[in-house]
Amino acid sequence: MNGADTAFVLISAALVMLMTPGLALFYGGMVRVKSALNMLMMSFISLGIVSVLWVLYGYSLAFGTDTGGLIGSLEHIGLSGIGTEALTGGDEGIPVLAFVLFQLMFAALTPALMSGALADRVKFSAWALFITLWATVVYFPVAHWVWAEGGWLFELEVIDFAGGTAVHINAGVGALAAVLVVGRRIGFKREPMRPHSLPLVVLGAALLWFGWFGFNAGSALGANGTAATMALNTQVATAAAILGWLLYERIRHGAFTTLGAASGAIAGLVAITPAGAHVNAVGAIVIGLVAGLVCSWAVSLKYRLGYDDSLDVVGVHLVGGVIGTLLVGVLATDGVGGLTQLGKQAAGAFSVMAFSFAVSWVLAKLVDAVVGFRASEDDETAGLDQAYHAETAYDFSAVGGSPASRGAAGGRNDSATASPSAKGTDKKVDA
Amino acid sequence: MKLITAVIKPHRLDEVKDALQAFGVQGLTVTEASGYGRQRGHTEVYRGAEYTVDLVPKVRVEVLVEDEDAEQLLDVVVKAARTGKIGDGKVWSVPVETAVRVRTGERGPDAL
Repeated sequence: MNGADTAFVLISAALVMLMTPGLALFYGGMVRVKSALNMLMMSFISLGIVSVLWVLYGYSLAFGTDTGGLIGSLEHIGLSGIGTEALTGGDEGIPVLAFVLFQLMFAALTPALMSGALADRVKFSAWALFITLWATVVYFPVAHWVWAEGGWLFELEVIDFAGGTAVHINAGVGALAAVLVVGRRIGFKREPMRPHSLPLVVLGAALLWFGWFGFNAGSALGANGTAATMALNTQVATAAAILGWLLYERIRHGAFTTLGAASGAIAGLVAITPAGAHVNAVGAIVIGLVAGLVCSWAVSLKYRLGYDDSLDVVGVHLVGGVIGTLLVGVLATDGVGGLTQLGKQAAGAFSVMAFSFAVSWVLAKLVDAVVGFRASEDDETAGLDQAYHAETAYDFSAVGGSPASRGAAGGRNDSATASPSAKGTDKKVDA
Repeated sequence: MKLITAVIKPHRLDEVKDALQAFGVQGLTVTEASGYGRQRGHTEVYRGAEYTVDLVPKVRVEVLVEDEDAEQLLDVVVKAARTGKIGDGKVWSVPVETAVRVRTGERGPDAL
């Protein structure tokens, strides 16, 4: 076992874990205050659900012995057959369990990425069901195609170093399909839907950026030159993408916005993800700049085409993922680039897009038919925080509350159970 | 008695407060408010989507004064709140029938 590599991968796993709460804050700050907690929870619940699925059967489906290039076997259900001492990558490799944990974080993050497209309008239970199904029949197979030995895109030698295709294109397309099923927010294009807290957005972007070093460099699965290249390129591309986005915004809309800077950073991070290990620092600048410029334009498409991708999952993750996945075919400096590779990259990207779109659409329809995907109009208008979480994000007024057992009207617990102290002392008058 | 109400720019509140204090006003009430006058709102842009914000933040200051002080106090508030730019706000006064100090029960001008 290689101790340095193992330590690096375990630390990287923890860094990637931080990306999901980071994403929750990034998205959470961007929605209106009435559904801010719901937005946070849509990401956070993915850590809960997918972590469990991953050890139950996800790892086995993604990285079990290949079956026809499409899916892994069921041999590692419940992680059976993977001992503490089992190594991956030979005698000088890392424990399989470290790899399991590292990949678990990717699986948990990917469904959460889609939540931004569905902001403010879906039932929380329906979302939980959707990502359970989506992880199972979309993410686990696609992760197998791209990263597992025997997976058909892996064998085709498509380059997806850290997940431009398996994570970002996959989630971006899945989000688009789900949006088309769920429909627009009430008031889309009519009412102002300002981000309620841009500082939260910047905090979220910062945590994502930080965690992304684990995501990208950690994908080298070793503390080596590839990891260093990837880490450096991650920083450089992200920086360039901020500049690209702000430049476009200043020319097109007249201001350097905070939201633009944060969005640019994420676009750059997405674009360098598949490519960073195969380009040099100048290539990373090019990828970042292109991602910043193109994604800042792409987020306006939803208004023209009329789909309500609320927080621009398509414009940032799908478009950014495609940019990085294709540009590696052009900018690779380690001899893997060229026209043939570009063709392979396109084949990989588009086959995942087709598969993910079709299956995600069917799943969203299924969820809608079985439990109803969309929140009621009343709940959507009043805010999902109250409807599904019985909470308020910020307490701006200290007056006006009382224990549910004494309150006259309202609270969920109103008629159910009174707290013991109030027993017998209460005279409740039902109107 | 008169109730003087001033709706002003939030960043002028300190000046108005100081001016009222210098004038000898004992107490006042401040509320965060929003609204617009001739200046209307402003435009914000989020990822290219432009929003017109009609209601801009203001501060409402309310002071109870004796009748003979009212005119002079209006001038004091106006002078302290003025920046000379559009959107400085408005000040007005209305007659008040009575006022009671809650702690002592004093009524009328004694309650001020």
